[in-house]
Amino acid sequence: MRFGVVIFPGSNCEQDVIHAVNHLGHEAGYIWHGDTDLSGFDAIVLPGGFAYGDYIRCGAVARFSPVMAEVVRFAEAGKPIIGICNGFQILAEAHLLPGALLRNVGLKFLCKTVSLRAEESICDWLDVPAGTVLRVPINHNEGNYICDAETLERLKANSQIVLRYCESDGSTAPGGSAPNGALDDIAGICNERGNVFGLMPHPERVVDPLSGGTDGAVFFTAIAKHVAEVAS
Amino acid sequence: MTLETLSPELAPKLAVELGLKHDEYEKVVEILGRIPSVTELYMYSLMWSEHCSYKHSRKALRMFPTSGDAVLQGPGENAGVIRVGDGWAVAFKMESHNHPSAIEPYQGAATGVGGIIRDIFTMGARPIASLDSLRFGTLDKPRQRYLFEGAVAGIGGYGNCLGVPTVGGEVYFDEAYEGNCLINAMSIGLMREENLTRAVGSGPGNLVLLIGSTTGRDGIGGASTLASQEFDEKAEDKRPSVQVGDPFEEKLLIEACLELLANGLLVALGDCGAAGLTSSISEMASRGGVGVDIDAAAVPQREDAMKAFEIMVSESQERMVAVVTPEDLEAAQAVCAKWGLRSTVIGRITDTGRFVVRMGEEVVADMPAATLAHDAPLYDPAMERPAYLDEAQAFDPMALGHPTTPEALSAMLLELLASPNICSRRWIWEQYDHQVMVNTVVLPGSDAAVLRVGDTGRGEMSERGIAVSSDCNGRYCYLDPYTGAQIAFAEAARNVACSGGRAAAITDCLNFGNPEKPEVFWTFYESVRGLADACTAFGVPVISGNVSFYNESFGQPIYPTPTVGLVGLLDRVEDHCTMAFKQQGDAIVLLGRTKAELGGSEYLKVAHGLVAGKPPKVDLVDERLLTDLVVTAIRTGIVRSAHDCSEGGLAVALAECCIAGGIGAKVDAEGKLPPAAELFSESQGRVVLTVAAEHYDALKTLSATHATPCTRIGTVGGDRLAISGLADVSLADMRAAYEPTLERLVHGADTLQSEELTEG
Repeated sequence: MRFGVVIFPGSNCEQDVIHAVNHLGHEAGYIWHGDTDLSGFDAIVLPGGFAYGDYIRCGAVARFSPVMAEVVRFAEAGKPIIGICNGFQILAEAHLLPGALLRNVGLKFLCKTVSLRAEESICDWLDVPAGTVLRVPINHNEGNYICDAETLERLKANSQIVLRYCESDGSTAPGGSAPNGALDDIAGICNERGNVFGLMPHPERVVDPLSGGTDGAVFFTAIAKHVAEVAS
Repeated sequence: MTLETLSPELAPKLAVELGLKHDEYEKVVEILGRIPSVTELYMYSLMWSEHCSYKHSRKALRMFPTSGDAVLQGPGENAGVIRVGDGWAVAFKMESHNHPSAIEPYQGAATGVGGIIRDIFTMGARPIASLDSLRFGTLDKPRQRYLFEGAVAGIGGYGNCLGVPTVGGEVYFDEAYEGNCLINAMSIGLMREENLTRAVGSGPGNLVLLIGSTTGRDGIGGASTLASQEFDEKAEDKRPSVQVGDPFEEKLLIEACLELLANGLLVALGDCGAAGLTSSISEMASRGGVGVDIDAAAVPQREDAMKAFEIMVSESQERMVAVVTPEDLEAAQAVCAKWGLRSTVIGRITDTGRFVVRMGEEVVADMPAATLAHDAPLYDPAMERPAYLDEAQAFDPMALGHPTTPEALSAMLLELLASPNICSRRWIWEQYDHQVMVNTVVLPGSDAAVLRVGDTGRGEMSERGIAVSSDCNGRYCYLDPYTGAQIAFAEAARNVACSGGRAAAITDCLNFGNPEKPEVFWTFYESVRGLADACTAFGVPVISGNVSFYNESFGQPIYPTPTVGLVGLLDRVEDHCTMAFKQQGDAIVLLGRTKAELGGSEYLKVAHGLVAGKPPKVDLVDERLLTDLVVTAIRTGIVRSAHDCSEGGLAVALAECCIAGGIGAKVDAEGKLPPAAELFSESQGRVVLTVAAEHYDALKTLSATHATPCTRIGTVGGDRLAISGLADVSLADMRAAYEPTLERLVHGADTLQSEELTEG
């Protein structure tokens, strides 16, 4: 089992993902954005950061990096892909996931730990039962998920909403629980096949009790189990 | 071809316009043996500006102890470096970016962060944390809100993009900073000891490689026209002297430079900060005792028809200067290209000792390289004890009327918790990525930030940790600069100790008014003396720092503000501690003793609108014993929480522990002092600890061996902070007072009108 973590110019959470995956006992390696060989990797992570400085729009330049054509092929082969924060924004720009991420309401960068509720979804990359509340940090300026009404209905009908922002007891506040204003409190979604998963929160930051918690581990363990099952 | 010098009439006039004094100009002529060229005059005026030469401060700074067993690099380089053990070392430094930020807060603060971070990776260290020490006027003024909001956004906008966590800092609001805000940025980097790199140019024939951004007219004269002059009504006209930052370019520079160093491709590395190419190249040359020959025309330019002097002094951001051997040039440029960075050979090292600048074929400057960096005249400015001090210090706060009833004292406690100088800083640090690199063990909001030492990206981790804090109460320094500077040190040491760290070394950022005014210089000298004595008493060296003078507007200086950035070491990062009360039934212990010391206190300002009296006394022997005790106790594993008493006194410290822990406390008042003094006195040398009740005796014994008073004052529990007979407030009320202040002050007010932004 080997995770591949893509480094775009301006990525800055790649070492955190590597550390998290190693901490959980799995192997991981870096993939330079100019490389086009993804053989030897069982799952791909697009990490957080500011690829190409987030200039023009978050992810708008990064989607044209040479590696992205291979990432699209990897997705088409049904293999696991996770985009975290900037990685989610890149997946959206690359049309591997529907919708877009706007600036946070309040127009402020937000770095804080939030509550997330795991939803009943077709994405298998979350190792907890639906309804579980997880405490994971967010860290972004553009995490305000938006899509048109038709897409939202399709996401719901097809169970593609993987994570929603919630209150600490798992409920949703009357005016919504998304600190960034995200539509329908959406924190993470997957594609129609369920193998491409994008989320704004940073699970890699909470796999080690010394640095704030362990709720992020379940975002990596499910993929590892899945890969092991496919291999056996 | 001969050098084209200025006319004898024009040269002295231009010199004065560029900020040189007449005798300084004469010295330039003496060094050169002729009248300077325009390029030379620009280069000298920048390098001999206060900002670059420390000509008013250098002699006083010699009072600082700068050596120690752990010191790998003291002052004089881009940053100081200390050993942390197991082959790890940390580089750190603090620097001001006050004047640019007072004109354009977002870019001023952002480029302040960018500049100090370049100083750190220049040493071969990966930047791992930033702290920011900020001062503004009061937030009831629209322009102050604009400056505050803009500076915070700029710090976040730059640091977040780089992926360097902003883990701590401090902010005060006081009228004294209204016309001249302070933005002091501190950066800390981590490296293996053997990777320590110095900006020493050597090897005649080696090439000078400029890496990173193009050069434009931005920031021309920033060090002389902005940083080394006071503000007046023309301040807005100086906006073109403020640089604009590009954090993406800087992120690429960090990665490329660390890769170049790791591959052994560089002879030397320096960054272009104040005075641009002139300072980085002349400093490298003078340290190495070599000369340089630079072709300004080879420098990639972003504007048309730039003159040589503009190219040489431009402060365009995100540029690094490296020295490489001709053999390594190709490999070095390949690394730059991989990261999408421009790299250009702009000159070579020579054995002449001269700094020669050409524009193509034409020589436009030719001077002894070392004279730029080292021959600025050093001054012994006149000193005079300020007249205001006698009256201010004679004031006796205890002679005022103070609240005595539990109702009034409880209301005062809530008012203090809501004071902008005490309230929660969450609104600020939630805009900063404080967790990236996953080494932040104690997040912002406690006494000091604690970071694990290790390189997560390479899987090279250690058990060690560092604790960092920046501190300075300008009011204390205004009322007594010697004592105030010592308190800045003592508070930083206590904050670090309460987090589990033993003080190892400091950096400082000394912010003062115009040093040519004797009363201002006296406060500077006394502050340096106080800080030096504190460092000596603790055996803690000063390894880097920065002086920022001319922090005045309309002739009025800021409070003397010698900010201390202190780094402490934890042998085991697991032995860290936070201020939050943890468990019902734990014993609350006060280490140290409360005295009736309300001079310069936040209480005096909030309750009576006064900044007066003598600041609290500080006993450095006691402080050192106290911090040793706290660290030792934390290492034994019995300490559940630790928090130092500072602004707002014991009552505020207890309230902060309750709020952080989400649990109340029942405390017995000692009753020996007037109630307001017992609750709000800012006596130094005090820490509030909690231990499980059964461990109190062990703590008491340990305290005795450290000659530190140790008193059990209460018990953790409930949902109120009840201080017998004096104050009784609910957790909910304390939170409601403490948490929303900053957000309310910034956003609760009316939307800013653009014309309001230019008032006062």
